[in-house]
Amino acid sequence: MRKFEYLRPTSVEEAVAAASRPGAAYLAGGTNLLDLMKTGAAGPELLVDVTRLPGLDAIEPLTDGGLRVGAMVRNADVARDAAMRRNFPMVVEALLSGASGQLRNMATVGGNLLQRTRCAWFQTPEAACGRRDPGAGCDARDQAGRSHAVLGWSERCVAANPSDFCVPLAALDAQVEIAGPGGRRDVALRELHRLPGDTPHVETALAPGELIVALRLPGAGAGFGRFSRYLKVRERTSYAFALVSAAAALRVEGGAILEARLALGGVAARPWRAVEAEAALIGAAPDAGAFRAAAEAALEAARPSGDNAFKIELARRTAARALALAAAGAPERMPALPASPFADIGAPAHA
Amino acid sequence: MTDMFPQQIDVALSVNGEAVEARVPAGRHLIDFLRLDLGLTGAHAGCEHGVCGACTVRVDGRSVRGCLMLAAQAHGAEVWTVEGLSETGEIADLQEAFVARNALQCGFCTPGMLVAAQELVASAPAPTREQIRERLSGNYCRCTGYEAIIDAVEAVAQARAGGAAR
Ligand SMILES: Cc1cc2nc3c(=O)[nH]c(=O)nc-3n(C[C@H](O)[C@H](O)[C@H](O)COP(=O)(O)OP(=O)(O)OC[C@H]3O[C@@H](n4cnc5c(N)ncnc54)[C@H](O)[C@@H]3O)c2cc1C
Ligand code: FES
Ligand code: FES
Repeated sequence: MRKFEYLRPTSVEEAVAAASRPGAAYLAGGTNLLDLMKTGAAGPELLVDVTRLPGLDAIEPLTDGGLRVGAMVRNADVARDAAMRRNFPMVVEALLSGASGQLRNMATVGGNLLQRTRCAWFQTPEAACGRRDPGAGCDARDQAGRSHAVLGWSERCVAANPSDFCVPLAALDAQVEIAGPGGRRDVALRELHRLPGDTPHVETALAPGELIVALRLPGAGAGFGRFSRYLKVRERTSYAFALVSAAAALRVEGGAILEARLALGGVAARPWRAVEAEAALIGAAPDAGAFRAAAEAALEAARPSGDNAFKIELARRTAARALALAAAGAPERMPALPASPFADIGAPAHA
Repeated sequence: MTDMFPQQIDVALSVNGEAVEARVPAGRHLIDFLRLDLGLTGAHAGCEHGVCGACTVRVDGRSVRGCLMLAAQAHGAEVWTVEGLSETGEIADLQEAFVARNALQCGFCTPGMLVAAQELVASAPAPTREQIRERLSGNYCRCTGYEAIIDAVEAVAQARAGGAAR
């Protein structure tokens, strides 16, 4: 690992001033950044440790019925929070389906949102990667990359965003609060991660030095309550990243869908909100036919980026099944295997 | 380098109940600090990428990956390793159950397993086998097979729950 300097600032202002320097990076739980520094995929010269910044570690209710979560709250504590479990159960399910208990004890909200892609070519400094090194091309292109994107990718980059947490957040219209050299601003979570286009190295909407200070879950999403689920398909059913995943939420009255949310994970460089699918569901009866049609709409623009055409049909089935699970409602108790298609969630519903 | 900030960091923390002060390079990971600087070789460095769980130690009441945390980040923290938890007797029943059920062979994974298992048993009074499986899925064992480990943790969870009820 390259040598670096270390600073533990005591205020947001001090942190932002230090991190605005070229070569600086924020260090939170470290579970992603320190790993990448060991492989050599990241080499910051200064780490600004934000884990002790005051005031960023609380979960507070918002007047609209939503929740505000400080950027330093650990993933394990978000998943444990009673209001979160009641109002946004699919967020909890997504978090508990990711990493392991010890990693969730360390990982922060801000770090989870900004975790980098797991693309093996990005993580290997010897490989050409335009996401890591501007203009370097893409050695991953046309490789058999099961993790690679099928939506929104470009010839310059086929990497997918690996976060489980971000998928329900995109469905719930979460807002990200940012402090930077120019003051405070909000960015919609759906706009936080950029699609690669010709500039895959521009990974997020953040400018140098900008710090995530909090995440807001608007009250509008709390209305779905237990009719919201996260479903994650992976190579093994625990402790693995998503091959594809889906967050689905439904509001059904009088046998018709009044409101629907759907977002997909593992398929693009950002959590993929499927607005066309949501529109297709409005007014429909919550049945298999409607869910399949919505899933078709969600994947309409998909195309393989290599040897991964299977992910397109897998994503359709995952989306349709997540919608069916959302319609049925989450069980009283979180399944022992959260978000797993093999969890004990009633009769098997083969998609 | 910006040459504006330190590359050597002073830390003061508590390790297994004892106060420790040291000056560490910024790049020193907690697991290496414990093993190489303090000679606490119970927690192991396996993959060093957060995957295998061999480096699991307790920091401020929670089990964490010692390989993905800087020693500098442990400033002011309370750290417990398998040595300390053995000495206080906190995990004695887990250790006995691991031995009784052959839940270890080479023992490389065991210190991490014990710290993770203790957190699980202490936080979920009557975990199901599925819950134990899920909570230990972040700790790899290359020798024994997991059934014996799950048996041992389950037995301790039941014994502790029974003991509390009586
Ligand atoms: C073995 C393993 C398995 C995993 N499995 C999963 C999984 O199944 N699903 C999943 O979703 N994730 C998984 N993860 C990833 C894990 O969720 C992330 O590593 C974690 O969420 C990152 O959070 P952190 O606080 O440790 O971030 P750090 O590593 O500290 O930081 C990550 C990035 O975010 C930046 N950053 C951190 N905080 C801020 C802030 N407040 N403002 C601006 N920038 C910031 C850092 O500069 C860095 O670039 C896994 C990780 C490991 C090691
Ligand atoms: S050595 Fe830390 S997880 Fe493997
Ligand atoms: S006993 Fe050898 S690795 Fe688990």
